[in-house]
Amino acid sequence: MSSPKTLYDKIIDRHRILSFGGPEGAGERLLLYIDRTVLNEYTSPQAFSGLREAGRKLWRPAASLGVVDHVNSTAPLREDGKVDAGARRQIEYLVENGRDFGIEIFDVLHPRQGIEHVVMPELGLVLPGLVIAAGDSHSTTYGAFGVVGFGIGTSDIEHLLASQTLVYRRLKTMRITVDGELAPGVTAKDVIMEVIRRIGADGAAGHAVEFAGAAIEAMGVEARMTICNMAVECGARVALMAPDDKVVAYVAKGPRAPSPAMLDRARESWLDLHSDAEARFDAEFFLAAGDVPPMVSWGTSPDQALAITDQVPDPADMPSGRRDDAARAIAYMGLESHMPLQDVAIDRAFIGSCTNARLSDIRDAARILKGRRVAPGVRAMISPGSSTVRRAAEAEGLDRIFTDAGFEWRQSGCSLCLAMNDDMLAPGERCASSTNRNFEGRQGVGGRTHLMSPAMVAAAAVTGKLADVRSLPMLEPL
Amino acid sequence: MERFLRLAGGIAAMPGANIDTDVIMPKAFLKGIDRSGLAEGLFHDLRFDADGRRPDFILNRADMTDTRFLLAGPNFGCGSSREHAVWGMLQYGIRAIVGTSFGAIFSDNAANNGLLLLSLPPSDIAMLSDMLDDGSGQMTIDLERERIEIADRIIRFAVDPAVRQALMQGLDRIGETLTHADRIRAFEQAYFADNPWLAEPSAQ
Repeated sequence: MSSPKTLYDKIIDRHRILSFGGPEGAGERLLLYIDRTVLNEYTSPQAFSGLREAGRKLWRPAASLGVVDHVNSTAPLREDGKVDAGARRQIEYLVENGRDFGIEIFDVLHPRQGIEHVVMPELGLVLPGLVIAAGDSHSTTYGAFGVVGFGIGTSDIEHLLASQTLVYRRLKTMRITVDGELAPGVTAKDVIMEVIRRIGADGAAGHAVEFAGAAIEAMGVEARMTICNMAVECGARVALMAPDDKVVAYVAKGPRAPSPAMLDRARESWLDLHSDAEARFDAEFFLAAGDVPPMVSWGTSPDQALAITDQVPDPADMPSGRRDDAARAIAYMGLESHMPLQDVAIDRAFIGSCTNARLSDIRDAARILKGRRVAPGVRAMISPGSSTVRRAAEAEGLDRIFTDAGFEWRQSGCSLCLAMNDDMLAPGERCASSTNRNFEGRQGVGGRTHLMSPAMVAAAAVTGKLADVRSLPMLEPL
Repeated sequence: MERFLRLAGGIAAMPGANIDTDVIMPKAFLKGIDRSGLAEGLFHDLRFDADGRRPDFILNRADMTDTRFLLAGPNFGCGSSREHAVWGMLQYGIRAIVGTSFGAIFSDNAANNGLLLLSLPPSDIAMLSDMLDDGSGQMTIDLERERIEIADRIIRFAVDPAVRQALMQGLDRIGETLTHADRIRAFEQAYFADNPWLAEPSAQ
């Protein structure tokens, strides 16, 4: 009998074309088959130019989908224009590359346009057991389906397009077990933010992380995507969860999913994708779900976060290695040590991004907003994760809840998560944000980002300050 | 890519933890479809503010004219996958970064473009840092002998042999992989037979 294996190693084994040697296990260098990729307009152009210069074709064009998401406008009325010249050229070049290389492209006006990591799963293209590498760090999102998903740079995109492979080094493995039950008002976003706070921004560096435990099993597929998505913020190169029947059902809804007959054949093999009971991980971390509070970030790295009921920390209380970074972050964020986080007033509120803009996220925020109004002086925006999500939310009447509350109901795109389009913070503006990165300047030069769950963003929007969602009961049922 | 064998030059210390690729190459410089013009973008918002050049930033100091190396804090290059961060580094003239750990995608991007990343134990980083004068100094990296020479000291390092070979010889990675085209095709055939639901991706 072969030795027990982790889910990660099983999937890598199935995609290994040949080994270039190195140690057995972590560190092995191999040629890895990549099932699918998604291309965006800002990290793919130079890859296509490289192929053109070398006269190379795509190995398997049907394995790629192109989506415009990073630079497009999210103005409420969808138009193709409204972008600067650079963005315009990037969008045109993606469309041109799709035509010349035989790749399907969802351009700005396509009815299924959206953020790549929302679009791929909702189409039913993310199937358990696959390896999906793509030119965006949040490709870890696909791990919620039992997929080895990871981000790559442009040179590797070119390599992948030309050969359907990557030269790959096998990772170490880590298991993060989240047992117990989440408290009311606490979401998947809070779980991953607490994990990142506890293990640090490089706590999972060099590892493929498998999330397990009762709290993960109890979550819906979209909540699981939030966790796998943001696992990259603690350095995880891959995030994974064993697929179950919720995943199979999610896939089956997608318009590009395998046919029902094929799904029946696939199901048994998909549900067999899990780590063996005796499998050993290089590292383990345990978290009790019941101990996780609603979280907010206070600094400029995702591990600089605390419970909403806490205070801005004092660098003097921190280990010497973290003191200077914390002091710098507090100064950049315009905060004072010992100030209660719930006293921090905001200028902007944003719900969006590949982390938290799916239908379940929008419902979570709508529950808080129904019957309430955005606080005076706060500009609040929501950009649904995809045009499909936007339509589904409108069909439930959720758009009216947002607009009645004073939110701008916008079109889909990466938007204010990284501010590559015209959605950005002015210097010094402070934003409650359902996104993934609170880096300096991420949402605009001098902008100040506080990360939190969509419901917590809604709570902040209506109170005008960072707020504890648990103090805002649902006023009316959805 | 430019080969790396042995190189002497200035080193500048940027000791903060978790310096991310948004800071290394801000969004304003990501709107191209080629790789040009990124030297200006490197650390742009640390180098410049609304009033112009920020004299306090290390790369702006008068004594920093021949900077080839950076001394970085932990988890340097974390965050976004943007390869522009590595392109900008090379276009600015930075050829190697010495630190304890690096963002994983940034690491791969660096290897693919000939930017040498050296991971050293914290004790070596502390020693190197102590040898610098107000965060800067001169040193040599010898990749063939896997050592840093600074003043009268030698600090040894080890680089992934595959990365080292590529940096020293400048390989055509895609061409190399495509010599295995028959193996890839044979793999695909067996793989699709085992997983027939994958044979028709993107069915309309």
